[in-house]
Amino acid sequence: MKKASILMIIGVSFLLGLFNFPLWNIVLGAPQYPEPLGMNIHIDGIRDMNEFDLQNIDGLNHYIGMRKLPKPEEMWEFSVFPMVIGGMIILGILVGLLGFLGKVDYKWFIGWFMIMSILGVLGMYDFNAWMVDYGTNLDPNAIMKLANPDGTPMSYKPPLFGHAKMLNFDVTSLPATGAWMMFTGMMLTIIAFFIGKSAKKATVKKHVVTAIKVKTNDK
Amino acid sequence: MKKYRYSITTLLVLALVVASCGDQNGKASSNGALSSSAAEKVYVAPGEQDEFYAFLSGGYSGNLTVYGLPSGRMFKEIPVFSQFPTSGYGYSEETKPMLNTSYGFVPWDDLHHPDISQTNGELDGRWIFVNGNNTPRIGRVNLSTFETEEIIEIPNSAGNHSSSFITENTEYVVAGTRFSVPVPQRDMPINEYKGNFKGALTFISVEPEHGRLDIKFQLLMPGFNYDLSHPGRGESHGWFFFTTYNTEEANSLMEVNSSQNDKDFIAAINWKKIEEYVNGGGGTKIPANYAHNVYDETTHTGTSTMNKEVLTVDPTKVPGAVFFLPTPKSPHGCDVDPSGQYIIGNGKLSADLTIHSFDKMLAAIEEKKFDGEAYGIPILKFEDVLAGTVKSGGLGPLHTEFDAKGNAYTTFFISSEVVKWKLGTWEVIDRKPTFYSVGHLMIPGGNSRKPFGKYVVAMNKITKDRYLPTGPEMEHSAQIYDISGEKMELIYDFPTHGEPHYAAGCPAELLAPKSKKIYRLNENKHRYAVTNPGEARVERDGNEVHIYMSTIRSHFTPDNIEGVKVGDKVYFHITNHEQDFDVPHGFSIIGQNTSELLVMPGQTKTSVWEPKQVGVWPFYCTDFCSALHQEMQGYVRVSPANSNIDLSWSLGE
Repeated sequence: MKKASILMIIGVSFLLGLFNFPLWNIVLGAPQYPEPLGMNIHIDGIRDMNEFDLQNIDGLNHYIGMRKLPKPEEMWEFSVFPMVIGGMIILGILVGLLGFLGKVDYKWFIGWFMIMSILGVLGMYDFNAWMVDYGTNLDPNAIMKLANPDGTPMSYKPPLFGHAKMLNFDVTSLPATGAWMMFTGMMLTIIAFFIGKSAKKATVKKHVVTAIKVKTNDK
Repeated sequence: MKKYRYSITTLLVLALVVASCGDQNGKASSNGALSSSAAEKVYVAPGEQDEFYAFLSGGYSGNLTVYGLPSGRMFKEIPVFSQFPTSGYGYSEETKPMLNTSYGFVPWDDLHHPDISQTNGELDGRWIFVNGNNTPRIGRVNLSTFETEEIIEIPNSAGNHSSSFITENTEYVVAGTRFSVPVPQRDMPINEYKGNFKGALTFISVEPEHGRLDIKFQLLMPGFNYDLSHPGRGESHGWFFFTTYNTEEANSLMEVNSSQNDKDFIAAINWKKIEEYVNGGGGTKIPANYAHNVYDETTHTGTSTMNKEVLTVDPTKVPGAVFFLPTPKSPHGCDVDPSGQYIIGNGKLSADLTIHSFDKMLAAIEEKKFDGEAYGIPILKFEDVLAGTVKSGGLGPLHTEFDAKGNAYTTFFISSEVVKWKLGTWEVIDRKPTFYSVGHLMIPGGNSRKPFGKYVVAMNKITKDRYLPTGPEMEHSAQIYDISGEKMELIYDFPTHGEPHYAAGCPAELLAPKSKKIYRLNENKHRYAVTNPGEARVERDGNEVHIYMSTIRSHFTPDNIEGVKVGDKVYFHITNHEQDFDVPHGFSIIGQNTSELLVMPGQTKTSVWEPKQVGVWPFYCTDFCSALHQEMQGYVRVSPANSNIDLSWSLGE
C-alpha cells in the first residue's frame, strides 16, 4: 500500500503541470500564414503561441464578425478552473498521504480518479460550448457574411479535437503538454489503485495463513 | 518452377537495388551530366531560399540593392543617399534629416562600395557600410532592419571613392578622397593644384555596440587621386593600403595628363601608429562643417547635427607610418589576400597585376631601402617589395577578390573577362569572358579572412544585347560564375539596378535569422506616435495642424477630419498598429507635394500636406493591405482660411 500511495502522490502531482503548460493548443495556418498563428489555452486564460498571435487572430476574426478572444477576467472559467484543479491536487495528495499512513484504503484512489474524470468531462463540455458560441454567435454587421452551400450562415467553431478547414485557414486543435501531463498523472493514479488492490489481497492471504498456522499450533 | 520464379524476382530486386545505388553515386559526383547543368545550379525552386545575400551598390541610383545568390533575384532596394518615394525615405519628416549636408539637403548621391562589418577579419553581419562619392558621405545600414541608420559627411574630401572599407574588427571605416582639393577650401587658381592640393584619408571610428560613427582623424596626404583601398588583415592588420593615380598632379585633361608616369603608388598607412599618435594628443584640429545624421530605431526619427571641427594629421609628423609602394600604371583596385600577405595593385592601364609582399615591405622599411620620397613620404623600391606579377594576357585589370583555396579572381575591364590565378605562383588557371566590360566582381566574404568561394558575381558596365532591348538606356548586366571547381563556369546572367560598382555578400544564415519582422508598437517612442487608437486626435498650433492617426486593417483612425483651412500646414503622423509580419499600410493624400508613406508595423511616419484649395479631399492607403484595402480611405474637409469651423475628427460616426 505504501508503494501505491507514493505512486498516487506522484500521479496527482503531474496535474501541477497545468499551472505552467497549456491544456489545449489551436493552430491556424493559411497560405499567407506560412508560420501559423496559434493560441494556447491554459487553465487561467488564453495566451499567444507566438507573440502577437491573439491580436492577429482577433484582427482576422473581425472580418467575419467573431468577438475578440476573451481576456482571463471575461470568463469565469479562468478563475474557477485553477481553483478546481488546485483543490483536486490537494485532495489527491491528502488521499495519498492518508493511504501511506494506512488511514484510508486503495478505493479512495479510484474515487479521486472518478471525480477528476467527471470534472474533466464537464470541463471539455464547457470548453466546447464556449467554442460553439464563439464560432456561431457572430456580429450581424460582420464585413463578410458567408453561407454554407445549403444557405445556412457559415459558422466558425474550431474543432474540439483534430483538424478542420475554415475558409482559407487550416485549423488544428489538439491537447497540449498540460493535458498530456494530466492524462499521464491520472493513469498513474489508476495504477496506484491496482497496486493498492493487489497489495491488500496479498496482505489478506498472509493474515489467513498466519491465522491457520496459529490455529494449528494450538492443537 | 516456383523456385525459379522466386530467384528471378530476387534477381530483379537486386538489380533494382544496384541500379538505384548507381544512380545515387552518379548524382553525388560532380561529373554527372545533371549536376553540370547551369540551370540546375542557379534554380532556387519556388518556396526555397537562396544560399547567399548579395548587396550590390546602386552607383548613380544612390541606393543599395539586395539580391539572392545563386538565383540573382532582387529582394529589396535600400535607400541610403537618394530620396525613395516608394517608402517615403528622404520625403518623410523623419528621414529628411538623413540627407542633410553642409551644402543643405542633397537628395542624391553616387553609392559605390558596400562592405559588411567584420570581427577578426570574418563577416559578422551587423552592418553594411557604403559611401556616397559625389558629396562625400559614409552611410551605415543596419542588417537586422535593412534600413539606413547613420550618414556622416566627410569634410575636406571630394569624390569619396577609396571608401567605405573597414578594418578587420570594424575599428574604422575608411573614406579616401579621389579628387584632391585645397584644404581648407579656398579661392585659388586651378593650375596651382600641384603641391597645394591635399588628399584627405579619413578614418572614422565605429562604436562596437551601436555602430555610431565618429571621425577619429584625417590624414592629409599629397594631392594625388586616392582610388581604392583595403585593410591589412591577419599579419598585416593595423595597415591600410590605397591605390593612387595622377601622381603627376595634373589638373586638366586628366585622361592623358594623369597617365604619364610609368608607376603610381600604393600608399601603405600604418593606422595603428597614427591612432597612437592621435591618442597621445597628436594632430591638428581645424575648423570644418559637416553633417552627422543618425536615425533612431525606437523614435523612428532621424536627427542631423553639424560638427564644426576635425582632427587632421600631417603624415610627415608621424615617422614610420606612411610609405609609398611604386605600382605600375594608374592602379584601380587595391586588394589584400585572405592571409594579409599580398597587396594587389590592379594596374588598369596595363596588362599585368602587381603583387606586393607585406613581409618584403616590412623588411624594406626596416632596412630603410628607400628610393627617394614624395612630399616627405618615403618611397620604397619597387623591386624590394614586389612579390610577383601576374602576366595574364588580359588588358585593364580592375579588381581582385579571393576564394578560400589560395586563388584570386581579377576583372579585366578592357578585355572583358574574369581571370583566375594562383596566389604565390602567379600562374593563370582559367579565364572566362564577361558581357561586357566588367568593373568589379564579388565573392561572398571575398575581401575578408574567410571567403565563401562558391560563386563570383561579375558586374558589368556595358549591357548592349544581353537582354530584350529597352531603348538607349538599359540596366547593367551581371554574370554569376560557379567557382567551386578548377575551371569557372558561367551559370547565370541578370540585370542589376543603377550601376553596381562593387558588392558584398555573405551566407544567408548570417542575416536571415535576425532579420526583423516588425517594429514593436510598445517600444515606439516617436514624438507623435499614437500607441492606442483612443489617443488618435487632431491638434492645431497656429497654422500647423498635427493629425495623430493610427492604422489597422483596414481603416484610419480618425478617417473624417474637419476644421482644416487653406494655408494650413498639415502633418499626418501615421502609426501602423499592426504587429503582424509584412502588413505595412501606406498613406497618400491628393495634391501632396511629396511622396507617399509606407509605414511598417509598429512604425510612425509623417507626411506634410499644404492644402491650397477649399474642398473635401480624400486620402487612402497605398498598400494593398487586406481584402478591405479599397475601403481604407478617409476625407479631410478644407475650409476657407477665414472660416471658423472648429477642428473635429471621427471614425464610424
